[in-house]
Amino acid sequence: MCLGCGDTVSAGTLYDKVWDLHRVAELPGGSTQLFIGLHLIHEVTSPQAFAALRDLGLGVRHPERTVATVDHIVPTTSQARPFADPLAEEMLATLERNCAEHGITLHGLGSGRQGIVHVIAPELGLTQPGMTVACGDSHTSTHGAFGAIAFGIGTSQVRDVLASQSLAMNKLKVRRILVEGRLQPGVFAKDLVLHIIRSLGVKGGVGYAYEFAGSCIEALSMEERMTLCNMAIEGGARCGYVNPDATTFAYIQGRPFAPEGTAWDRAVAWWSSLASGADAVFDDEVVFEAGTIAPTVTWGITPGQGIGVDESVPSLADTPVDERPLAEEAYRYMDLQPGMPIAGVPVDVCFIGSCINGRLSDLQAAAAVARGRQVAPGLKAFVVPGSEQVAAAAEAEGLDAVFTAAGFEWREPGCSMCLAMNPDRLEGRQISASSSNRNFKGRQGSASGRTLLMSPAMVAAAAVTGRVSDVRDLLALVPLQVPVG
Amino acid sequence: MSSSLPPRPFPAGPIASVTGTAVVVRGDDIDTDRIIPARFLKCVTFEGLAEGAFADDRTELAGAHAFDQAEHQGATLLLVNRNFGCGSSREHAPQALMRWGIRAVVGESFAEIFYGNCLALGLPCLTAGHDAMRALQEAALAAPTAPLCLTLAEATLEGYGQRWPLVLPAGPLQMLTTGQWDATGQLLSHHAELSRTLAALPYANGFH
Repeated sequence: MCLGCGDTVSAGTLYDKVWDLHRVAELPGGSTQLFIGLHLIHEVTSPQAFAALRDLGLGVRHPERTVATVDHIVPTTSQARPFADPLAEEMLATLERNCAEHGITLHGLGSGRQGIVHVIAPELGLTQPGMTVACGDSHTSTHGAFGAIAFGIGTSQVRDVLASQSLAMNKLKVRRILVEGRLQPGVFAKDLVLHIIRSLGVKGGVGYAYEFAGSCIEALSMEERMTLCNMAIEGGARCGYVNPDATTFAYIQGRPFAPEGTAWDRAVAWWSSLASGADAVFDDEVVFEAGTIAPTVTWGITPGQGIGVDESVPSLADTPVDERPLAEEAYRYMDLQPGMPIAGVPVDVCFIGSCINGRLSDLQAAAAVARGRQVAPGLKAFVVPGSEQVAAAAEAEGLDAVFTAAGFEWREPGCSMCLAMNPDRLEGRQISASSSNRNFKGRQGSASGRTLLMSPAMVAAAAVTGRVSDVRDLLALVPLQVPVG
Repeated sequence: MSSSLPPRPFPAGPIASVTGTAVVVRGDDIDTDRIIPARFLKCVTFEGLAEGAFADDRTELAGAHAFDQAEHQGATLLLVNRNFGCGSSREHAPQALMRWGIRAVVGESFAEIFYGNCLALGLPCLTAGHDAMRALQEAALAAPTAPLCLTLAEATLEGYGQRWPLVLPAGPLQMLTTGQWDATGQLLSHHAELSRTLAALPYANGFH
């Protein structure tokens, strides 16, 4: 929109430009003091930070630049207070007390704006291009979808942002990940990012920010871009971003915290100028062809252990030598044998939701598969909208009815079984098909529970067939031809 | 169990060296969910996290995990492999290790958020190459109670009859050895610079 109407893009990468704008001072030891434009907090990683402030006799420097919600510990069946779990109740009560004491806005349960922190900040228009965004949660990389530099921090750093609205940071290198072409029908942003991490590894991005660019990325919706950037951290990159464009601006316009009137025009001009310029120099570049990517599923215990749904669990011979010990551990833990096709593996639980795939378009894609079908007998399947706004929008178009008619449970918003800090969890050796972002050992609440990561549509396909299935078959799509060998 | 030992005080001020014995936890990509499972995050203080350190791995190994073995109780140095601490940003991970007794970690590489969390708590993380790390772990497994001395300024570990060269970048080295690893004071000292930066941010000023 504005790139074509006279606005200019300045030199350098978006990362460089945003970094320079937020540089406060150089610190002893060589790190940079970086101003944080938007600080997001939740009930799990903030209580000790507020306690530390209290111990140090410090206040919150910019309470208007911190926004709170509650997501990790909330139950998804009944959200009546007090919660049945006294520890969960204590955590929320502590957050409420801290926010009230320091004048911080809390989007609480029933406010109409509560939800997973990485879902609500974008949908409220809080997340904008050119910002630095920090949150005590590693999936803060999600906000990079808007052309923000967004990264997860620990609790001591939450304390530092509360006290000073800044952080001691070291500048990252930038790797441009060019994705050209179009994703095939039935293949989603989740498959793309699982494919990228499969290819570059879970530590390939350490020391880098990932800039996602190319014709495939430009064609993605904002919700798809959020899915992509969400898992940058699973590839080792602390932040990932997409250059802001007309798609970005159209998403933001009209949201509660979006600029209005003449400020909107000035905002769009400034946002447009931030995109990486044609002269930008990248520390590394990798190219992917979108059209060759199949629906992708993890078989192991790291997000990098993924394969196409039409592939088999890799053998040791096909695994690089230094990754073999982890592969052997994964075979044992997952009880999957090398050479076994991943399609057809039976599942016990199906979970649709989380900060990567709990948005309206994710629920629409899953509902398209579930519509008119039935969850397989004996299987537990549930849908957890990412926010109260997502839930309301989905209910307005009848998606809740589609899911419940198919035998899914329709729940209240929260992080839920992504990390099982609430009552939603796997039991014993159960294996889940999950639209979340982590398949670590024990991640979903059972020390021996197992997780297969996939797109929401693939989770719905698993739910109605009872096993890992190629969603393209259910959507009556012709599977793409994968070269043999 | 470590709980029978008196708690070791957290570091304060400059850190020159770490002495004690080592405990080995082998494997690449050990994530923070494994270091401290999410159920232990249901708390409003970090106290009491020691029992959560590697809790599920320890249960799975039924007493055979290094953190449960008698000779490692009281160990201060943790020897690991590649990409240690990946995944969740939870500071509860280094907090749990420190409350168990760990005061320095040596490994092939670390995940960034974990590394930053450790630095903010005064928990030095040093690196060594793949082969050197394997040799160091073998030596530690052969002599689990041998005394060690890690000297930050020289980035060397003395023990098992030799000096092991390690890597500690200049920035973290300076922060740890001068006691400036806790950044809050420095950040707050730049009051005027913070105000100037904010005043120049278009999105904080109506996009003017």
